[in-house]
Amino acid sequence: MIGSLPPRYRISVDPVRCMECGRCIENCAYGVFSRDGDRIFVNSRNCTACHRCIACCPRDAISLEEHPCDYRSHPLWTREAREAIYNQARTGKIILAGMGNALDYPAIFDRLVLDACQVTNPSLDPLREPIEVTTHLGKKPASLDLRRREGGDVELRTRLTPNLRIETPIMIGHMSYGAISLNAHLSMARAAKETGTFMGTGEGGLHAALHPYQDRMIVQVASGRFGVNIDYLERGAAIEIKIGQGAKPGIGGHLPGEKVCADISRTRMIPEGSDAISPAPHHDIYSIEDLAQLVRGLKEATEWKKPVFVKIAAVHNVAAIAAGIARSPADAVVIDGFRGGTGAAPMVFRDHVGIPIEAAVASVDKKLRDQGIRNELSVIASGGIRGSADLAKAIALGADAVYIGTAALVAMGCRVCGNCYRGLCPWGIATQRPDLVARLNPDEASNQVANLIRAWTLELSELLGAAGINSIESLRGNRDRLRGYMLDEGLMQVLDVRGVGA
Amino acid sequence: MEGNFLPIVFILSGITPIRAFPDCLEAEGGGSTVMTMCGIIGVMDKSRRTMDGSGIRQALSMMNERGSGEGAGYAAYGIYPDYRDCYALHVFFDDVHENKPLLDSALAQWGTIEHDEAIPTCDRPGLRAVHTPWRYFFKPDPSLAAPEDEIVSALVMQVNAARRGALIFSSGKDLGVFKAGGWPEDVADFYRIEDYEGYIWLAHNRYPTNTPGWWGGAHPFNLLDWSVVHNGEITSYGTNRRYIESFGYTCTMFTDTEVIAYLIDLMVRRHGLDIDLAVRALAPPFWEEIGRMPAAEREWNSALRLAYASAMMNGPFAIVAANRDMMIGFTDRGKLRPMIVGECDDRLYISSEEAAIRAMEPRVESIRMPAAGEPVIGRVIA
Repeated sequence: MIGSLPPRYRISVDPVRCMECGRCIENCAYGVFSRDGDRIFVNSRNCTACHRCIACCPRDAISLEEHPCDYRSHPLWTREAREAIYNQARTGKIILAGMGNALDYPAIFDRLVLDACQVTNPSLDPLREPIEVTTHLGKKPASLDLRRREGGDVELRTRLTPNLRIETPIMIGHMSYGAISLNAHLSMARAAKETGTFMGTGEGGLHAALHPYQDRMIVQVASGRFGVNIDYLERGAAIEIKIGQGAKPGIGGHLPGEKVCADISRTRMIPEGSDAISPAPHHDIYSIEDLAQLVRGLKEATEWKKPVFVKIAAVHNVAAIAAGIARSPADAVVIDGFRGGTGAAPMVFRDHVGIPIEAAVASVDKKLRDQGIRNELSVIASGGIRGSADLAKAIALGADAVYIGTAALVAMGCRVCGNCYRGLCPWGIATQRPDLVARLNPDEASNQVANLIRAWTLELSELLGAAGINSIESLRGNRDRLRGYMLDEGLMQVLDVRGVGA
Repeated sequence: MEGNFLPIVFILSGITPIRAFPDCLEAEGGGSTVMTMCGIIGVMDKSRRTMDGSGIRQALSMMNERGSGEGAGYAAYGIYPDYRDCYALHVFFDDVHENKPLLDSALAQWGTIEHDEAIPTCDRPGLRAVHTPWRYFFKPDPSLAAPEDEIVSALVMQVNAARRGALIFSSGKDLGVFKAGGWPEDVADFYRIEDYEGYIWLAHNRYPTNTPGWWGGAHPFNLLDWSVVHNGEITSYGTNRRYIESFGYTCTMFTDTEVIAYLIDLMVRRHGLDIDLAVRALAPPFWEEIGRMPAAEREWNSALRLAYASAMMNGPFAIVAANRDMMIGFTDRGKLRPMIVGECDDRLYISSEEAAIRAMEPRVESIRMPAAGEPVIGRVIA
């Protein structure tokens, strides 16, 4: 016998403060609260720490404690290690987990510091002087054929590949309709439109409600090909081929049949109630030349008018893979670091496979430069971008732009409880249950996401100004404006940064 | 002609007050770069009438407030008419006896040394000669299947990156750079620059803080035909250096100005851009301005910004550069460093200070301050 494990959280309701209004009962989707006569009964074992009850309690009567009951402490046999074993001993199955990597790896971003001007050059004040953060994603020519006509006019003879112009180097990454709700999609799409940026559809197709925002959407072609037809491709501003995901490199995806309601079945073009399984590899991509063919195919289908991105998980060989992608007609590579979020992934993948985005971006940027093909490919960093500092550091390490995922969800209320795969998200984000979805008001949530993007953009402008830089392209790959703090020599070499004080 | 683009010649009356900025310092060491504040001046005679070096020496010393006596230099065009078909390689040897034979044999592999000699110098009490300046008049081997310029630039990169006690700091035809650690007057007298007759002169007065006593860090910087002097600090240096190195250049001088010479070489010689377009790529208009341009102009300006995004220079700078046919001056897009332009008869002057121009040419007829990012391009007509 294994018996019951200690509860993860303990919820307590202060009887003095509680006025028995019952909002906690209504709001908790996991069944923690129930009415017991004239008092609130609490079943802490059901709690996910989603904080919905705490956010809704008008009297601040609810408190939450993590790990109220300790195991005997042991540095190796941690609580997580032991509980995984109990779990698997019972089930014989793979353990699923939500959100990003939960192991205690050091965050490289937090060991990099940014530079600012003092004396020898003036820092710039964004309130007084223009600071440009406009970014163009796509292939750029290595050189230009510019001729001068009689009379002095300049003529451009080089044909440029269409680029995606973003007003800020922050985009919203791909989270599919199915994994998250339509209201969540709508909120983010509106925010993208308002802030002059783009949002990924994920693998779930494009719901008709999002058609008004289609010129701000990047449509995804993943291994399941759900929702992909010519209409879908033509609606998007750009197309992204998803090869892999940072949270689970090397494996596919699985949307359980329970989540495939009528609307999702229509959007994904699959039967209602059927599991939506994305295979691990694309069944038409078994080599880099196969990928190039698919890129070309998508370009042909859309008359070479749309940029095509390729998203890969940050794995050991990421730089060489990116160099291969640069040799295809693809316009950008999206690199998803090992901290990237997910609705559900096997825990062993989420926590152990892949490399940090900081190292991946640095080595991709360097490899492309070494081969003289940096202009052939834009680099989009994703996976664990938490704030404008991460954004600035990612760009200084060589990224053109970033995708945010979890941060956008958090802006809509998500508390990173990590139970997305259960479909009961009390915030109306990672759920399809109509009553829960209705909790997310797109008018409000879109404003919150737009605010977040605006706030980061302002902070980025301030950071640029302080560094004496008035255009984002002068920060890109400018590792001289970073210093490593408490990083080892080997890693600093990979990042191509010097240590603090050097 | 579109907008304020390509202001080749300007006659403008009225003197705008000079905007003063605190001079910046130069910090070097640890493989890091850096920053120069400094005073700069360039003069060009459009008819290729030559001037000896005494005038520019006088002008540069007017800007000693902008220097610290630890670096100065001059570049002169038209000074080697007897060897005008040879590449004049100016070299600093750490130790002539030890380092020269190595360079001699390297040069012999790539071509012919028509003549070589120590650059004549004259000891100055204020100047400690840490290197021996030498010059070679060199012809690349015509049987090598590469353009001459390509051979010489590869040679310069290779020799300088190898760091074997020889640094080639000047490699053009019929031109030479003369630079050292010291006050401008001492450097001028050390090289006896009044003995040279040139039709374009560039000069630079340097303010370093952490001088390694290494003359390679002084300006002008030169590669083949282009020489550059620079006042400012390039905040985009990390981006620019990584970009230019992806084209096979190697930055070896520990100072940001070096990349300017290579960027100009890349865009003008290797990519075939007109100089005004190259300058436009280095200090481009803001996207907002580009958005207001007529369609065709908007298209090529966007293309220039996209293709050369990593070449774009940021931070405060004023730059004067020259090749055998022209002299150009330009500043950063916010004009955070001063740049004054003067004209008198056939002579065009570009400088940090009006006083320097007047020291050289008291009769100067027109003085003006170009707007931020507006390039000044003067071409020889003879």
